[in-house]
Amino acid sequence: MAEHAIDRSKMKVSDEVAIQITNMNKWYGQFHVLRDVNMTVQKGERIVICGPSGSGKSTLIRCINRLEEHQSGQILVDGTELTNDLKNIDKVRSEVGMVFQHFNLFPHLTILENCTLAPIWVRKVPKKEAEETAMHFLSKVKIPDQAHKYPGQLSGGQQQRVAIARSLCMKPRIMLFDEPTSALDPEMIKEVLDTMISLAEEGMTMLCVTHEMGFAQAVANRVIFMDKGQIVEQNEPRAFFNNPQSERTKLFLSQILGH
Amino acid sequence: MGEFTPFVRTEMLAPQAPPVSQRGAIRWLRENLFSGPLNTVLTLLGLAALLWVVSHLGPWLLHSVWNANSLTECREIIAATWGEGASGACWAMVRDRWHQYLFGFYPSPLYWRPTLAFALLFVAIAPVLYSQLPRKLLLLTAVYPALTFWLLWGGSIWVPVVAMMGFGVFAVVFRLAQPRFGVPVSAGLGAVATSLWWMFAQAPVAAVLQSIAPVTLTSVDSDQFGGFLLSVVIGVTAISASLPMGILLALGRKSDMLLVRTLSVGFIEFIRGVPLITLLFTASLLLQYFLPPGSDFDIILRVIILVTFFAAAYIAEVIRGGLAALPRGQYEAADALGLDYWQAQRLIIMPQALKISIPGIVSSFIGLFKDTTLVAFVGLNDPLKGITQIVRADINWKGIYWEPYLFAGSIFFLICFGMSRYSMWLERKLKTDHR
Repeated sequence: MAEHAIDRSKMKVSDEVAIQITNMNKWYGQFHVLRDVNMTVQKGERIVICGPSGSGKSTLIRCINRLEEHQSGQILVDGTELTNDLKNIDKVRSEVGMVFQHFNLFPHLTILENCTLAPIWVRKVPKKEAEETAMHFLSKVKIPDQAHKYPGQLSGGQQQRVAIARSLCMKPRIMLFDEPTSALDPEMIKEVLDTMISLAEEGMTMLCVTHEMGFAQAVANRVIFMDKGQIVEQNEPRAFFNNPQSERTKLFLSQILGH
Repeated sequence: MGEFTPFVRTEMLAPQAPPVSQRGAIRWLRENLFSGPLNTVLTLLGLAALLWVVSHLGPWLLHSVWNANSLTECREIIAATWGEGASGACWAMVRDRWHQYLFGFYPSPLYWRPTLAFALLFVAIAPVLYSQLPRKLLLLTAVYPALTFWLLWGGSIWVPVVAMMGFGVFAVVFRLAQPRFGVPVSAGLGAVATSLWWMFAQAPVAAVLQSIAPVTLTSVDSDQFGGFLLSVVIGVTAISASLPMGILLALGRKSDMLLVRTLSVGFIEFIRGVPLITLLFTASLLLQYFLPPGSDFDIILRVIILVTFFAAAYIAEVIRGGLAALPRGQYEAADALGLDYWQAQRLIIMPQALKISIPGIVSSFIGLFKDTTLVAFVGLNDPLKGITQIVRADINWKGIYWEPYLFAGSIFFLICFGMSRYSMWLERKLKTDHR
């Protein structure tokens, strides 16, 4: 994983609750995707969610910014409950950043415009200030020199780093990552993970759906294993990997680490 | 076990220029025209067909006559110069009647008015077509419709000015209502307020302003319009109105709101299911029944409205295709960043969907412009059938056949080809995906 030692000085889990999910259920038609999920995320936590495909892990984090609607139970994000109220949804979305598997950059806008669009239109930040912020975060993800190119001109890894910068420009308090490295060539995975690690070092609250177990071991303070729409096991990383309790977890770990 | 020699490359190869046989004209000919027996035969057949057309059309064009007062005179000149039985084009007709092809029965001392309006059209559409021009020019684009209406139809300047105020009423009502009721409801309220303005305030307000400051041009009736003046008036208005309407219909068709969706689908399917000529007859005959009694609705305006509806339904479907081509991730990314529905549509979805739909949209526009000749069916003098009939009714030009169609056709071609080239340029300019 990261060559340099990870700086844990700012990685503090506070007592403040960032996300509170209680008895949450979701169905796709007849199919029960999420079953009675309960979860509390403290501010500053770095959580890795893993599990076999179809286990509901992506759906779970997509419920947190209402890209998916839950049908029962309660989701509180920074004290705001997600209901049909559009005002609440917009409020939560502007506080929660999201990074997608396929980057989802806007191909008709330059990198800089991708990063300034939401601050200008949602946060009503003046254009110049938004551009300065954008350049700051683009430098942070180490691609300030690409600012005037279009997404199609960048490699996958660069695009994903821009997507992270784009989310950061909204100054979110929570970041959701939905398999951020799954669509990348092996050579590019590391640059994205390094960006995510440096974000963790700054104390960002992060929920990360990923199969990068090295990342989980290096920065996560909690690993959640999901199967069939429910949380099967959660623990701190060392215990999770070295001493899994459930048979399902053991099988899963042996399949992804065994070769 | 296969035999092989272990090998390690120590030097990487530099790229080299392709061999000479891969370039040049002969290679091009061989590859494109004579690559095999079938292609060779097809090339020769094509050449023969081309030769046949040129050998027939060539002399006819070469024998063109430009100075004559009648078709008979034309024929005499051709027979005298090229011998008995020679055929030739009689463009003298165009020389004699070009003004009717352009203006119909518009009074000739007033030709400067449509001409000025046409020249201003380019100024007005330039900032729309070329985004690098200063945005302030769009102000001129905004007043252009009222100005042109006044130039073309004449009368009091206050009629179009007060009509434009209706849009101002819409803007005010919309802005006041929007924070409270959201976009769709406020747009509805605005539309109602604007209709009320046009129905009840328009005439008295215009009359009062006219009595205070009378500014008038000689008025020209709609039945004096004809030729390309008519085609361009209908075409340009319908094109510029059908695009926004098509966008709204496409969004309406994908809306979550049942009423909006049903109305949009109903409108699109009804209009697409009915021939344009039916709609034009509706415009000329039936529309009168649906309007409040006593309102005398101009025939050209009625035709414009129906042609706009017709084009908008097609454009809505073209844009729906563009919307369907966008990956779901674009909507999700816009949502995740906290953009609301209209911001997401305006900033993320529409710019991309419209870009994908450019060829289809421009095809619809070209179709619409050519369809303006169908107004001949409701008694308007379109340049193709209407004016040609009038010209042929003249004893001097009785019997002329190809020339009027070629003349009108080539003007249509110029305009449509121009639109097509513009759309190709726009597609290249907007290409940012670097695939």
